[in-house]
Amino acid sequence: MNNDSAVVAAQPIEPQKKRKIRGIKRSAFALPYLALSIVFVIVPLFIMLYYAFTDGVTGSFTGENFVHFFSRPNIMAVMGKSFLVALLTTVFCLLLAYPLALALSSSALNKKFIIVMLFVLPMWINSLLRTYAVKIVLYMLDITNAWVAVTIGMVYDFFPFMLLPLYSVVSGMDKSLIEASQDLGASPLKTLVKVRIPLSLPGIISGVLMVFMPTVSTFAISDVLGDTSTYMFGNIINQWFANSGGWNIGSAYSFLLLILIAATVLLANKLTKGKTEIGGVL
Amino acid sequence: MSRNVKSGLIWAFVGIMLAVMYIPIIILIIYSFTGAKALGVWSGFSFELYADLFTNESIIEAFKNSIVLAFVSSLLATILGTTAAVGIFYMRKWKKTSANFIANITMENAEIVTGVTFMMFFLVLRMPYGWVTLIIAHTMITTPYVILSVTPKLSQLNPNLYEAGLDLGASPIKSMFTVIVPQLIPGMLSGFVMAFALSFDDFIVSKFVNGSVETIPVYLYNALAKRGVDPTLRALSSIMFVAVLAVLIALNVVSARRKKVVVK
Repeated sequence: MNNDSAVVAAQPIEPQKKRKIRGIKRSAFALPYLALSIVFVIVPLFIMLYYAFTDGVTGSFTGENFVHFFSRPNIMAVMGKSFLVALLTTVFCLLLAYPLALALSSSALNKKFIIVMLFVLPMWINSLLRTYAVKIVLYMLDITNAWVAVTIGMVYDFFPFMLLPLYSVVSGMDKSLIEASQDLGASPLKTLVKVRIPLSLPGIISGVLMVFMPTVSTFAISDVLGDTSTYMFGNIINQWFANSGGWNIGSAYSFLLLILIAATVLLANKLTKGKTEIGGVL
Repeated sequence: MSRNVKSGLIWAFVGIMLAVMYIPIIILIIYSFTGAKALGVWSGFSFELYADLFTNESIIEAFKNSIVLAFVSSLLATILGTTAAVGIFYMRKWKKTSANFIANITMENAEIVTGVTFMMFFLVLRMPYGWVTLIIAHTMITTPYVILSVTPKLSQLNPNLYEAGLDLGASPIKSMFTVIVPQLIPGMLSGFVMAFALSFDDFIVSKFVNGSVETIPVYLYNALAKRGVDPTLRALSSIMFVAVLAVLIALNVVSARRKKVVVK
């Protein structure tokens, strides 16, 4: 509180004094949540960090849990495959969702709200249910390859998360820029490459993020559609935590995943300058 | 290409995509009306699976658990999230940045990492996994979404009203509840609905801290990934699909109508 009054004194422009009437500042209303977050969110992250850097048996400080990851070719291979599946899923989602976003915002559909809504609604249906529905279709189509099944399941499950940011950026695009490009003689393809896609970049980046990271860290889709050969990075973490002896190594893996996520979020913020497009329908 | 052909092609593309999106769901619903054990086998129309569903004790129990958990945790999240949104809104500089950072942690983090950190934390505290740990975990992961839906309402507030309340003799708490809160109610309601939906939907975090309490998504996960697929799930899934779609379409149509009215 003393620090706060120092800040207040340093800023004579704002009518800050008024906000500390009768003892409570309005910003103090955030304190219960922030205190609970420190206890239940931040402290647990440090506990994970502690586990990641200690030996499960002796309890002494060690970097062994990370060495474990980097010295196991089979686990590195799982990591590599997870990234490959995530990359494929992201690319397929993007290739399907971008034309769809263009189509949905074209004059032919006249931004029909109900149709856009129908595409986004499945987002709110439990992903296990959607995965189960895919399982039945794959079974009927006789698709037995576990990798193909898992990738199709991922694309199906995460597609709305790619479409939503793309649609919100494409439909909000200044139409006069596209008309200008056409008036200046650019072909439709050239307009797409030189005008539409660069303008949609913030939406593309947030769509890629909303699909890529969840794909790497999911474990349920692979559990339902694949087998042990299609383990994603999330499955590996899940496995280590299934028995209490694996918590130290599991923590180290979780920590690696956390760093990866933090890095991608920072990168995305930098690329889009904080203007990620997530809002929109619903 | 003529305009009609072009728009026909666009409609065809959109239609195909929509079909791909919904055909799996429709097939699942169709096959929920046959009793066959195996996937994709039609053994005549029957309500057998639905009859099984409504007599399955563990599914009914899981459904009750899910409702109670979602209700309690989203109520807590609405209270915490609304007060937090108010507080953060009036913060400045580094305080605002760090408060927002804290609120973003569980939203940006992989759910599995959030789940395992809760699991380890409760073990260190020697808290037995069950209702308490589930409620704490769900409240913490849904509160940020309440903050997200209340904050826009705050920026529409008249900043002088709270002070007017104080000047007229209300305590800060009273001024908060009689002046600010009533104007935030639409945001709080949509935050509550969102928190309820997220809690009802969650199985990743739940699965790590649930102990012996089974919710519907945890039941589904266990049934799909471990127990081998039970045909009753087709009926359960169909009901959930239809319920979620009906609620969402109704909500969207209502809010779209309201928007139109406002615009007019």
